Amino acid sequence: MDWLTTFPHLDNATLTALKRGIDDGFRTFTRAWGDAIETFFEPLRLFLIHSERLLLNTPWPIVLLVVGLLGWLASRRWSIVAGSVLTLAIIGFFDMWDDTMRTVSMTFVCTVVAIVVGIPVGIIMSRSNRVQAVINPILDVMQTMPSFVYLIPVVMLLGIGRVPGVIAVVIYAIPPIIRLTNLGIRLVDRDVLEAADAFGSSSWQKLKNVQMPLALPTIMAGINQTIMMALAMVVIASMIGVQGLGQPVLRAINNQYFTLGMFNGLAIVGIAIIFDRISQAFGRRLQKHQETSHG
Amino acid sequence: MADAPGNQYGIEIRGLSKIFGPRAAEMAPLVAQGISKAELNEKHGHVLGLRDIDISMPAGRIQVIMGLSGSGKSTLIRHINRLIDPTTGEILVGGEDVVKMDAAALRAFRRHKTAMVFQKFALLPHRNVLENTVYGLEVQGASREAQVEAAMRWIERVGLAGFEQHFPNQLSGGMQQRVGLARALTNDAPILLMDEAFSALDPLIRTDMQTVLLDIQKEIRKTIVFITHDLDEALRLGDRIAILRDGEIVQQGTSQDIVLRPADDYVESFVREVNRGRVIQVDAVMGPPAGAAPAGGVSVASGTTVEEAISALVGGTGDSVTVTGPGGEVIGAATLRQLATALTPAKEGAAA
Repeated sequence: MDWLTTFPHLDNATLTALKRGIDDGFRTFTRAWGDAIETFFEPLRLFLIHSERLLLNTPWPIVLLVVGLLGWLASRRWSIVAGSVLTLAIIGFFDMWDDTMRTVSMTFVCTVVAIVVGIPVGIIMSRSNRVQAVINPILDVMQTMPSFVYLIPVVMLLGIGRVPGVIAVVIYAIPPIIRLTNLGIRLVDRDVLEAADAFGSSSWQKLKNVQMPLALPTIMAGINQTIMMALAMVVIASMIGVQGLGQPVLRAINNQYFTLGMFNGLAIVGIAIIFDRISQAFGRRLQKHQETSHG
Repeated sequence: MADAPGNQYGIEIRGLSKIFGPRAAEMAPLVAQGISKAELNEKHGHVLGLRDIDISMPAGRIQVIMGLSGSGKSTLIRHINRLIDPTTGEILVGGEDVVKMDAAALRAFRRHKTAMVFQKFALLPHRNVLENTVYGLEVQGASREAQVEAAMRWIERVGLAGFEQHFPNQLSGGMQQRVGLARALTNDAPILLMDEAFSALDPLIRTDMQTVLLDIQKEIRKTIVFITHDLDEALRLGDRIAILRDGEIVQQGTSQDIVLRPADDYVESFVREVNRGRVIQVDAVMGPPAGAAPAGGVSVASGTTVEEAISALVGGTGDSVTVTGPGGEVIGAATLRQLATALTPAKEGAAA
């Protein structure tokens, strides 16, 4: 009865050969294309370096001022402005300023990349059920595949550093913005779309004048989710050499430094809350026309 | 009925059928052979939207298409600007077949020849009244000054001056539909398609909007296609009326034709509920002139409604009115009895 308790499987020799075959194939691919791919991502690397340098070189009072100003422009609420500035000040007071700036820069770049790639993909997806059927399972894989697994090929291709970090973070964080762009456009009122058609709108005019503006609140929710997920990936990305608040956390895990881990972890939470409140308040202000309704 | 001057865009619908379903083209011969709507649905799983519609809508007049829900009236109006593609048939607008237009020609046609008003308003919720109103011209690519100038004129004309900066959901239903009307009129297209435009409004506001539309139509002379489920509205607005049932036309004609000579029991059941005095004209009930008009008697012009004739009679002396033609000549006379019988739906009385 041995065959009942042991699942019938490929014999070990075949499996080993299979894995080795794939590994070898990928390694050959890496050797052949590694440089080309690195060149392709060069602009991204420059973008990362410049944004990080900008944040690190700007005097801290100006950073605080800018954050406060952004908070005010997005929310028009003093509580959000004060909360944001105070949180950042406390983080700086506990000597985590530079790491925080690196993390903020990383998150900013990842979010920009996710928006630039994600919104067009979401738009294409919303236009065809077939494209949606293809992209949806890919997004499922991106969200559920353990991040360590796709770190391996990324590192093999691009080595250790910032760029592979961004790619890993974007893979993990881009699904919400794609999904919610798609959803937002699909939810646009059919009557309004019909009216746009009846007035002879081209499909670009329809997208620009009707679909995107009406989907914007949903898309903003997607951007908010993307920012949160990008921040959550910062610790994992630190394993492949991304600097910032993740590195001290990693060090704390390896050496069981409880307090070091706690401080840096709380700093990540702090900036997550700042990002979240500001982007949500901005999303709400975009829907201002829906607030004052006819009684 | 003759076309109004200055507008050549009459609409000619010929042999129009619409079948909903995946194999609509294969079903078209069955429909042409006269398969019933129920049989088509049961045996073939296809829904008959419209069957062999022929309507000729004169330019510059109001053509009302009346029917209950499910009669296909909204489907029919969407064929005119091809928001729905027909299964078979032709739609000639100003001599050009809309069905044969390619995408670019159709877009140009929608931009310059038609404008539409919707039952649920379908305003852009993120744009204020002014920005909604300029939409048609914006899509056409008109200059911003021209957009705003035309929009402001129509916003004022429909009675919304001062509300330019309001968002749609800050306005009542009646005001929102005024925006819808201003948006359509700003487009300055010769054809105005109105899909149950006033059905969602309160009765008083609806009457008010009908008045606004009739007033404006006196100036602009558009070819208006007006969809409604309300016969009173149809009779009030329509130069011509077509009654639709289950995707087929049961009767076409003027309001007098519909009220005085309903084609079948279905139409008659509607007509029974109508305030006949406001529809039937004295011409339909008058007899030959009784000699010279009595001195001091009441006289009314041809085309006056029975209700107005009776109220003129009540205010004057005598018990019959003299009907005069456009040149002031006497063309007939109607007694109070004749006028009163017109108000009761009995066929003999009405057709006298």
